[in-house]
Amino acid sequence: MDKLRISLPGLELKNPIMPASGCFGFGREYSQFYDLSLLGSIMVKATTLEQRLGNPVPRVAETSSGMLNAIGLQNPGLEKVMNTELPWLSQYDLPVIANVAGSMVEDYVEVAKNISRAENVHALELNISCPNVKEGGIAFGTDPEVAKELTAKVKAVSDVPVYVKLSPNVADIKEMALAVEAGGADGLTMINTLVGMRLDHRTGKPVIANKTGGLSGPAIKPVALRMVYEVSQVTNLPIIAMGGISSAWDVIDFISAGASAAAVGTANFVNPFVCKEIIEELQAILDELEVEHIHDLKGRSWKVGETANYRA
Amino acid sequence: MIKVEKMKILSQKEIAEYIYELELQGPLVDEISMPGQFVHIKVKKANDPLLRRPISISSYDKNKQTMTLIYRATGAGTIELAQQTGDLNVMGPLGSGFPVEDVKGETAVLIGGGIGVPPLYECSKQLKARGKKVIHILGFESAEAVFYEDKFKALGPVYITTADGSYGTKGFVTDAAAQFNIKADIFYACGPVPMLNAVEKLFDKIPGYISMEQRMGCGIGACLACVCAVNGPELYKKVCTDGPVFPKGELVYG
Ligand SMILES: Cc1cc2nc3c(=O)[nH]c(=O)nc-3n(C[C@H](O)[C@H](O)[C@H](O)COP(=O)(O)OP(=O)(O)OC[C@H]3O[C@@H](n4cnc5c(N)ncnc54)[C@H](O)[C@@H]3O)c2cc1C
Ligand SMILES: Cc1cc2nc3c(=O)[nH]c(=O)nc-3n(C[C@H](O)[C@H](O)[C@H](O)COP(=O)(O)O)c2cc1C
Ligand code: FES
Repeated sequence: MDKLRISLPGLELKNPIMPASGCFGFGREYSQFYDLSLLGSIMVKATTLEQRLGNPVPRVAETSSGMLNAIGLQNPGLEKVMNTELPWLSQYDLPVIANVAGSMVEDYVEVAKNISRAENVHALELNISCPNVKEGGIAFGTDPEVAKELTAKVKAVSDVPVYVKLSPNVADIKEMALAVEAGGADGLTMINTLVGMRLDHRTGKPVIANKTGGLSGPAIKPVALRMVYEVSQVTNLPIIAMGGISSAWDVIDFISAGASAAAVGTANFVNPFVCKEIIEELQAILDELEVEHIHDLKGRSWKVGETANYRA
Repeated sequence: MIKVEKMKILSQKEIAEYIYELELQGPLVDEISMPGQFVHIKVKKANDPLLRRPISISSYDKNKQTMTLIYRATGAGTIELAQQTGDLNVMGPLGSGFPVEDVKGETAVLIGGGIGVPPLYECSKQLKARGKKVIHILGFESAEAVFYEDKFKALGPVYITTADGSYGTKGFVTDAAAQFNIKADIFYACGPVPMLNAVEKLFDKIPGYISMEQRMGCGIGACLACVCAVNGPELYKKVCTDGPVFPKGELVYG
């Protein structure tokens, strides 16, 4: 599988495919379907300092080719994640990317410091972009100065490389990328969900109890692709891309746009085998395209003079 | 074990207004462990409708590897489902259902509202097979929406209520239960949340089980979409894996 093997800060991966945070729990449920060691990595559910109960229900609503969610970062809290979930995952040959969330800077720092010391955590994903928590959350993801400072503080305490997860709910995502790069980020993950809503036709009221939710799924792929295309041209940081990926060709698109790896979220709900299938199909597609290594396709959407090399 | 499988559609027909009965065949049936479990269906291979649809298993036959689902086709996904022929992408069986083993007492009352009626059918069959007397109180919107009356009658007495009074007793299932002074040793209920709440209040002296509905994402416990508030230290449980069936007294209504 050498065509798929990649190397990113903190992450030596068998392949560039991983489930996206919040869409795969801590892996237990999906381990019923296939061996998790097949995955490149796993981005586990957001972890906060204390247990969080999340938002009232309904928490999800379907939209055209997508879904809205407002889970509200429900998770068992740092201690339980450290003592139960991460040790359970260590039975697999699987580097973990820990998604870190909070509502205050001190929370992020505390979680990052501790969780980065877990043996199987090889990188952090700083979730500064959750649209579904009232305090903090998104403010960290929309103000470049705040994001830069938070990144620097987390970087200072983390034992492993720090990837920052960018929110698409900003006027200029390039500015955010450059800010967290200046703050010392080792990589970027993008995109988180787009804030949206759905109304009940009859009552005219929001379907989701939180009123708004984060849009994910195939509907957001064009937005995510455009953002990766823009950001990859202005920063040197590696990008793990997500947003509507459900096939190997979607992955090829994101790599072509400038990403180094790809994460799959909502598609796991539709097809629990999707990550495994994408990994298998990628290999075949690269053979078909006569590509030596998946990163030979990286950024070909904007790199001058390289598009003609392949028959894609 | 949970399977994801292309099941064969043996038949699909409209049995009441907007209500379809779908018979499926495949090895997934081997895995069903109790009445009241559900399956998660991808109605067609397309991005729209995107998500799977949770539908209860209404009855099953392990020898023939068949199961029957009954659903109301009024939304985008279920309307699409009603048009499917050939194969269907089904994930399941999911969740824990109605316990029917070691039930104390002689008589069980099964109370269903609308599309909450289907899973009670297998539950009633299995209780009857274990020597229990089964009484059914089934609530529907109107005469046109009534289904499976004869099938339930073959197992035990049936009281039908309709919201508009066009068939059976006018009103709610709990009205009928009080009016006919139904006595039982255990209850099983599935239907809208206000109905479940009313049933728990009316039958507060006997044990019982209720089946909950909630909007779902994954259907297997990973996404935390389908939680419901419960009494006890956890505060929330997942309908898809902890339920959909819960013992009486566990849910917090309101
Ligand atoms: C455990 C369980 C068992 C069920 N068993 C049955 C059954 O046997 N027969 C039956 O007719 N219905 C059953 N339902 C309800 C059924 O899932 C919904 O009616 C169906 O999902 C609606 O889809 P739609 O495409 O018609 O509506 P749409 O409005 O297009 O649905 C949009 C989204 O909302 C969700 N949704 C809408 N209504 C409900 C609801 N009441 N419960 C959960 N999700 C909903 C859909 O799944 C979809 O994701 C069950 C639900 C659950 C949770
Ligand atoms: C139900 C659900 C829960 C999510 N939870 C988190 C989370 O805890 N932390 C996070 O950073 N992103 C979370 N996300 C966002 C995803 O990781 C991902 O960025 C987004 O859904 C876009 O990818 P997709 O279109 O493949 O789903 C969640 C998404 C969904 C649908
Ligand atoms: S539907 Fe995902 S946890 Fe229940």
